[in-house]
Amino acid sequence: MKRRSLLLGATLASMLLSTSAFAATTLSMWYHGAGSDVEGKLINQVIDDFNASQSDWKVELQSFPQAVYNDSVTAAALAGNLPDILDVDGPNMPNWAWAGYMQPLKIDESKIANFLPGTKGVWNGQLYSIGLWDAAISLVTRKSYLDELGLRVPTLDQPWTAAEFADALAKAKASGKFKYALDLGTAWTGEWYPYAFSPFLQSFGGDIVDRSTYKTAEGALNGEAGIAWGKWWQSLFTDGYAQATQDPADRDNGFNTGAYAFSWNGNWAALGTLKAFEDTLFLPAPDFGNGPKIGAASWQFGVSAKSAHPEGAAAFIEFALQDKYLAAFSNGIGLIPATPSAADLVDNYKPGGPLHVFFDYSNKTGLVRPVTPGYVVQAKVFEKAAADIAQGADVEETLDAAVDEINADIEKNSGYGH
Amino acid sequence: MAGPAIFLIGLFVVVPFLFAIGLSFTDQRLVTPNPTQFVGASNYNQLLGLNLLPLEPERDAAGQIVRDEAGAAKYPAVRSFTRKNPDYPQYDGMREWFSVGVGDTQWVVLARDVVFMTALVNTFIFVLVVAPLQGGLALGLALLINQKLRGINVFRAIYFMPVVVSIVVVSLLWRFIYDGNSGLLNNLLKSLTFGAFPSVEWLGQPETALGAIIVMSVWQAVGFHMVIWLSGLQTISPTLYEAASIEGASKWQVFRYVTWPGLRNTAVLVLVVITMQAFGLFSQIDVMTKGGPLDSTQTIVFQAVQRGYGKQDISGGSTISVILFVLVLSISLIQRWLTREKR
Repeated sequence: MKRRSLLLGATLASMLLSTSAFAATTLSMWYHGAGSDVEGKLINQVIDDFNASQSDWKVELQSFPQAVYNDSVTAAALAGNLPDILDVDGPNMPNWAWAGYMQPLKIDESKIANFLPGTKGVWNGQLYSIGLWDAAISLVTRKSYLDELGLRVPTLDQPWTAAEFADALAKAKASGKFKYALDLGTAWTGEWYPYAFSPFLQSFGGDIVDRSTYKTAEGALNGEAGIAWGKWWQSLFTDGYAQATQDPADRDNGFNTGAYAFSWNGNWAALGTLKAFEDTLFLPAPDFGNGPKIGAASWQFGVSAKSAHPEGAAAFIEFALQDKYLAAFSNGIGLIPATPSAADLVDNYKPGGPLHVFFDYSNKTGLVRPVTPGYVVQAKVFEKAAADIAQGADVEETLDAAVDEINADIEKNSGYGH
Repeated sequence: MAGPAIFLIGLFVVVPFLFAIGLSFTDQRLVTPNPTQFVGASNYNQLLGLNLLPLEPERDAAGQIVRDEAGAAKYPAVRSFTRKNPDYPQYDGMREWFSVGVGDTQWVVLARDVVFMTALVNTFIFVLVVAPLQGGLALGLALLINQKLRGINVFRAIYFMPVVVSIVVVSLLWRFIYDGNSGLLNNLLKSLTFGAFPSVEWLGQPETALGAIIVMSVWQAVGFHMVIWLSGLQTISPTLYEAASIEGASKWQVFRYVTWPGLRNTAVLVLVVITMQAFGLFSQIDVMTKGGPLDSTQTIVFQAVQRGYGKQDISGGSTISVILFVLVLSISLIQRWLTREKR
């Protein structure tokens, strides 16, 4: 209905203006960045360039605030009103693909050969979405803190071990200089918990769900490794290294005002920290036995299942994957450009740039969240379990309950198509 | 004349509710390619399932109860009965809700859905505290402002103000008031006690979180019920008061024998309305605590939304809504019966 009236409008307009004989086909596109001027300008630049570069397609943008974006897509899908081009948060993609909101993205594979692994949204062996950027987390501290506490600077090749990390926290606490040793960002509820904290679990050798089958969480979340993670996680709070309930204001500027020795935070906050302290270090995640791990995948573009013109949508997405746009987004909103060649164009991320380490962390330690339609539920179960354990709940019992809930959900969904 | 109203109420209240009843017997999901299936009462069993597990203390080879230094008996882990124990299939997947010790036996009450049980209990506590507290405070305020003083309307407006402000805004503001670092409440208590009062994370502790939300909720809606009481007070004929004063009645006697009987119907209304509103506790939880810490502020409606929307489990959310409906309906009927006119 809406598309028809748009089409009608476009046709009328072209007739009135008597421009080209055949109007370009309109492709609608939804984006999650409403409210951010910079982001709006960047995406509009890509769209304007694309519309000007050829005469077959005309992309029209509709922006939503991030907080209601997913709800809007769900509502539109139920009403059969999806746009042609969709913007999707990486871990949500399998859910939307499985539910029939999205179709496989047909673009030239060679164009994305050198993209960061976390930017490629692959489900059931097919590419559904591709990101222009990724995000990464690091353990933020200052060189002067490490020197003072007598700690070595860990590297990607030699990250801190669990023992070294424990030693670092103990020394930071013993120094008495900090309000708390570690700022985990527990104030950020929601997706932050599985995004930021489940990589610790994965480094311990556990996971939110058993990735070999995606049919159960038994043994993955409540197995030996999972329980070891839970006990360690709880000890961070019972030993007084971190706050289970954190004031959002502390999260936003606690580290920058010297309240914490270490902060577990993303690349988006890095520039602010660098401004506060020149000797800021962005350290790789500690290795709890299975290598250092951080979460991967951010917002990505894909084609909706109902699109009548998937080739047009794919053409736009392919057009957007140019290094100059990747670099523009990175310069504009501080995200990690998806390719090394685009990173070269960005002062912060080029080799030798202050944030270049994030590119390596994303490339070498990034692990996508469980690639399953059930992730949207599993993420919420994990969040509650992590929060409860932090508040002092019994580790084994909490993880057992989480496993039961995840398994019941998988069963209720007939295995989510795995 | 009532046609449009009946149509709209039917479309937006009755039809969705009938849908909820229907969906609660299926496995309907919010997002899914799978067909919906009828599952009978399994959603209700999943939510309300309870069981009793008597735990015998562990005994050593001689049959003596194993005790620690403090003399407390040692019990086997509940987990060993509820997880994949083929001898006790009836307990499989259940969790300990609470336990009571009788002699040496520990009676453990197992629930299939401990979180929902906690939500039920929290909601009942909320209703039981809020209904008398809010109703009583509102009556007190109404009596205070039911006077012919200059500028009394200013007071009426002030007391009514929180009702006009959106509950979401009020909740956000109270989050700052309850803040553990530099919140208004902590600062106030500190300055009143010359710094002796330690900072409390009001919303961050299981012991204080529900209480904090109760106080804030009472404060927010008390003005609304005050206005209802006020309208009731103003329907009482002044001649009754005149007669009472001629008879030489004391202030308490006037209240007891003139005001209170005159407020009978208002009281029933206020009680029923507060009870129903209190059962619907949601926004404060969603903005301030999200059910935490440790489920201390889980409520029925919050769970319904959390499951139906957040976890995409429409059937689970519908089931909770139906249970809530039955609860509120039966409690309202009981209230009606208890407050009926006795002839």
